[in-house]
Amino acid sequence: MTPDVSDMPLFGITLTLTVFVLAQRLYRRTGSVWLNPVLVSILAIITLLLVAGIPYRNYARGGELVTFLLGPAVVALAVPLYQRRLEIWRSKRAILLGVLCGSLASIVSACGIAWLLGGSRDVIISIAPKSVTAPIAIGIAERIGGIPALTAPVVVMTGCLGAMCGAEFCRRLGIRTHLAAGLAVGTAAHGIGTARMLEIDRLSGTVAGLAIGLNGLVTTFLLPLLMALA
Amino acid sequence: MIRGFAILFGCQLLGELLTRTTGWPVPGNVLGMTLLLVALMLDVVRLEWVTEAAELLLTNMALLFIPVGVAVMQYFDLLAREWLPIVTATVLSTFVVIAVTALVADRLADPSQAGGGDDS
Repeated sequence: MTPDVSDMPLFGITLTLTVFVLAQRLYRRTGSVWLNPVLVSILAIITLLLVAGIPYRNYARGGELVTFLLGPAVVALAVPLYQRRLEIWRSKRAILLGVLCGSLASIVSACGIAWLLGGSRDVIISIAPKSVTAPIAIGIAERIGGIPALTAPVVVMTGCLGAMCGAEFCRRLGIRTHLAAGLAVGTAAHGIGTARMLEIDRLSGTVAGLAIGLNGLVTTFLLPLLMALA
Repeated sequence: MIRGFAILFGCQLLGELLTRTTGWPVPGNVLGMTLLLVALMLDVVRLEWVTEAAELLLTNMALLFIPVGVAVMQYFDLLAREWLPIVTATVLSTFVVIAVTALVADRLADPSQAGGGDDS
């Protein structure tokens, strides 16, 4: 009988880092966008935990320490914003109107489609902030009476999808500027999309990072307003 | 590097303090980002103090989302109950948002920047 170490924070951290390194190698070797390293890592870790019968809360002890760094990572987005401030300021109208329209489109399309397909009120409200970065989306869901536990996985799913398809989708739409592509993926797929755009092009990634914050702000104010109208 | 982390954590802490005292519905980390940007513009914080720590976090940001995603396993039953509206709305809406945002911004963006912006 081996002693159980899965309840130590070290377990969750080691597992997360190891799986991510392997997933990144797989991604680089195959070059397939469908093998997005975040998505592959999430699925691999869930499978491992289920197969090994390790409870989620044991994993979370280490996982939380990794998640903790998301806060300072959002703060760190100020650095590329500062470095690119002149370009961004020059395009302020495109950026602000783009995010505003995107945010509105996100709420209306997510809620509308869920409603058409017979989703319950809980589901419709919970997925409304799906394009907003996880820490903000969960706060919004709580305030508007949704289920934060449902919002979180939907937010991650949105992020992975945007990271996998966003850049290619923009190319097919005939988008000419890196600015517009970055803004779109950041608005739709928050940090996971931004992480992908940072790999492709520095300006796209920077603008995507700005879009995370802007969409968070716009949705925070827009959603309660729309709900009052609906 | 350590100084950089101290500044990043400090900005977030100030942001959290600000949201809690004012009751603004803005998350502490977004306020922290705004505070750092203002501090950089006012030359209170110098760029080279924070670049190393910021680069480290930004280039590895994808890693930080993995535990948030693994948390899905707690809510399988919730997802299973209404998976059709949840998945369909999430997938279609993601493409709608990308299309709307990209088309609006691309039309308004300065066309002289088209294709530009690579780090070169």
